[in-house]
Amino acid sequence: MALIEFTESGMYCPQADVFIDPWRAVNKALITHGHSDHARYGSAAYFTHHQNVPIIKRRLGNIEVTGFNYDESILINGVAFSFHPAGHVVGSSQIRVEHKGEVWVASGDYKTEADGVCQPFEPVKCHTFITESTFGLPVFNWNSQQEVMEEINQWWQSNADNGKASVIFAYSLGKAQRILCNINHRIGPVYVHGAVADMNEACAIAGVQLPPYQKVVAAIAKEDYKTALIIAPASANNPTWMKKFEPCSTAVASGWMALRGARRWQAADKGFVLSDHADWPSLNRAVQETGAEQIIATHGYTQAFANWLTEKGYNGRVVQTGFTGEQMKQEEEVQSI
Amino acid sequence: MKEFTQLFRKIDETTKTNEKVEALVQYLNAASPEDKLWTIAIFCGRNPKKITKTNELKRWAAEAASIPYWLFDETYHVVGDLSETISSILPDGCSTAVLSLAETIKEFEAALAIKEEDKQAFITAKWKTMSKHERFVYNKLTSGSFRMGVSQQLLIKALAKHTGLHANQLAHRLTGKWDPHEVTYNDLLFVENSADEASRPYPFYLAYALDMPPEELGEIHNWQIEYKWDGIRVQLIKRNGTLFLWSRGEELITDKFPELHLLASHLPEGTVIDGELVPMGADQVKPFHELQTRIGRKNISKSVMQKVPVAIIAYDLLEINHTDQRNEPLENRRALLEELVQNVQQSVLLLSSLIEAAHWQELASIREHSRLNGSEGVMLKHKSSAYGVGRKKGEWWKWKTDPMSIDAVMIYAQSGHGRRAGLYTDYTFAVWDAEQKLVPFAKAYSGLTDKEIEAVDNWVKKHTIEKFGPVRSVVPELVFEIGFEGINYSPRHKSGIAVRFPRVLRWRKDKQAAEADTLEQLKSLIQSP
Repeated sequence: MALIEFTESGMYCPQADVFIDPWRAVNKALITHGHSDHARYGSAAYFTHHQNVPIIKRRLGNIEVTGFNYDESILINGVAFSFHPAGHVVGSSQIRVEHKGEVWVASGDYKTEADGVCQPFEPVKCHTFITESTFGLPVFNWNSQQEVMEEINQWWQSNADNGKASVIFAYSLGKAQRILCNINHRIGPVYVHGAVADMNEACAIAGVQLPPYQKVVAAIAKEDYKTALIIAPASANNPTWMKKFEPCSTAVASGWMALRGARRWQAADKGFVLSDHADWPSLNRAVQETGAEQIIATHGYTQAFANWLTEKGYNGRVVQTGFTGEQMKQEEEVQSI
Repeated sequence: MKEFTQLFRKIDETTKTNEKVEALVQYLNAASPEDKLWTIAIFCGRNPKKITKTNELKRWAAEAASIPYWLFDETYHVVGDLSETISSILPDGCSTAVLSLAETIKEFEAALAIKEEDKQAFITAKWKTMSKHERFVYNKLTSGSFRMGVSQQLLIKALAKHTGLHANQLAHRLTGKWDPHEVTYNDLLFVENSADEASRPYPFYLAYALDMPPEELGEIHNWQIEYKWDGIRVQLIKRNGTLFLWSRGEELITDKFPELHLLASHLPEGTVIDGELVPMGADQVKPFHELQTRIGRKNISKSVMQKVPVAIIAYDLLEINHTDQRNEPLENRRALLEELVQNVQQSVLLLSSLIEAAHWQELASIREHSRLNGSEGVMLKHKSSAYGVGRKKGEWWKWKTDPMSIDAVMIYAQSGHGRRAGLYTDYTFAVWDAEQKLVPFAKAYSGLTDKEIEAVDNWVKKHTIEKFGPVRSVVPELVFEIGFEGINYSPRHKSGIAVRFPRVLRWRKDKQAAEADTLEQLKSLIQSP
């Protein structure tokens, strides 16, 4: 029995008449997390984890939204829905759907490594697991967060020693907070782009404690940036905005930086392999831990991942959706700000 | 190996020449003579041979990673680089490889000789002892075609800093025939060896394309102007009674052109001529592709020599009476060259004729018609210029004719490699035939801006008809102006023609597919010989 159908408007549960992360305006929308390919404007009522409420309010404006705790059961037309930690960004969830003993889970986006900012991923047992597969190829194997942060610290320190500012480009929701919380603040002051500050404030309202940072404003003297780390979305990488930090070194934090070609293609001096998405081993482990028989891949390297799972004895399927995952060019996220 | 890997990473991560040189100097200062020798060899393109076919290597890697072959292949298409795919698909283990660069290569070359079935075990075991980055560099080293992103000039700069030797001297030493297996670091750079010295060519001096109006070069009479021929740039050497012919790719090609051997008895001892080897018709230079039929051949038969006769068009004189002339003004070298070629009096050694033009305007019109005599434009060389090393700006310029061009429709797109991995950047173009069908005639990729590439990439993803591996057929809608240097009939191609150096000149957003050019128009560009 299908608990979730894929319609023109998005993932639809007919028994309850609700949508999950719809890409068109609907009556009732359950939202996994605040990135703009999952939380879109126009629906009449939104349901999400309570930490995501301030985030989507910032992004979608004045919407009708109800927040829930993790594991809390919501009954709609006899179908039980609940939110479970996805470890992707603050307030991100997998959504569990149960009806007459059948259980489906829609993962949204997830990573399995604890990042010290959001609630860590928890596997949820189910019959059908609808998963992302943004990095669903065996070439994607992340180093631990600690190692990556150590690399960022080293880069920052060496720039600071040479009187250069360090500008790092990262998604303003997710990686920006992750970097902010895990770098060594003794190296120098931390500044953030307005879009990042906006998301930081939303996270603070959601109850997340963030280390001290300052927003980049015109009044700040060029001198003050000399030893600073500046966190900004990729769209800020334009001469006008960057002028005040010169001389500076630039870096991109993205899972795509695992590819040498992408690294060299970026208009930045350095690439750090950092992603809020699961890498190949984590995707495989996550699938295994759900105990599901049917796996539906929604975005990323879906066909390769589904074929691979089918060879391993799962019922692997691919469904085309409006989700994009982490993009090589991080434009998608900025449009909504 | 660890140090060499580090060097590669430093060079790979920067685009700044100074930082690359600095990294090289630091590396050289700490490296052993054996490692230095191999580093120089690798930078000069003297790599070890490949251990096996690419497909075998892919199979070994898939097995080592415990994944099916198709998944490895799929991943490879995304990554775009085999060495990188292999290095990233295996776990990033701790590096336990303790061998130096020279030892690593020695061990690898020994493995080239082992039984085919043992090679897999050898390579797989090596992979497992290396960190991801080491594995990448190791794969690059052993795949037979390592490109370091460092020009020979840059290497020479670093070597000059490291050794204190003069850059020109170093360039000369590294030119020509030498084998890292047979020479030591010391002998290569510091010891004169008469047998090798005799055959050794000078580093070629190359010109940049003219990137400004010629009027900015000043008085036209200060410039020596010649046609730019499309053949093989060569140095013809006679020393110790022997003739040596070197190509610009530093390959000794004397044996491939027996008809030139008679020059050995006509040229004086200690002579080096710079020139262009071209296929010659009765009274005119023939297109380059005629020469191609000779280059690949092992045995040069009489019939081949008769079918494609060749000659050298002499441009410059670099040495006479064993005396290096490169620092003499071009004017003086030219006078000596004229005298020499006249004395030799052989039809296989011609003098590059000078173009007389009263002013730049006149030259511009000569250049426009230069294709008619089989050349590809003109060369401008300052009359007081020395014969330099490598490519330099200022005293020598090439001013080629504008490429021929045609408007064509994109029908296939393929994802790029390296810097452009994951983006659709390689396109196949077609023109309309008599039955209103699109016939592919060229594959090209360069010429678009990064922004345009992104836009086309996006478009390709949304207008795909079919996927075959990394290739997608797309809706025939986009029109591009394709430029190329030459065109000729070719029975091997579907379109019946082959173009030389095709590239995208611009995206014709103003044109519909139906307005693209026809095969008939394309064929009309072929000049009857």
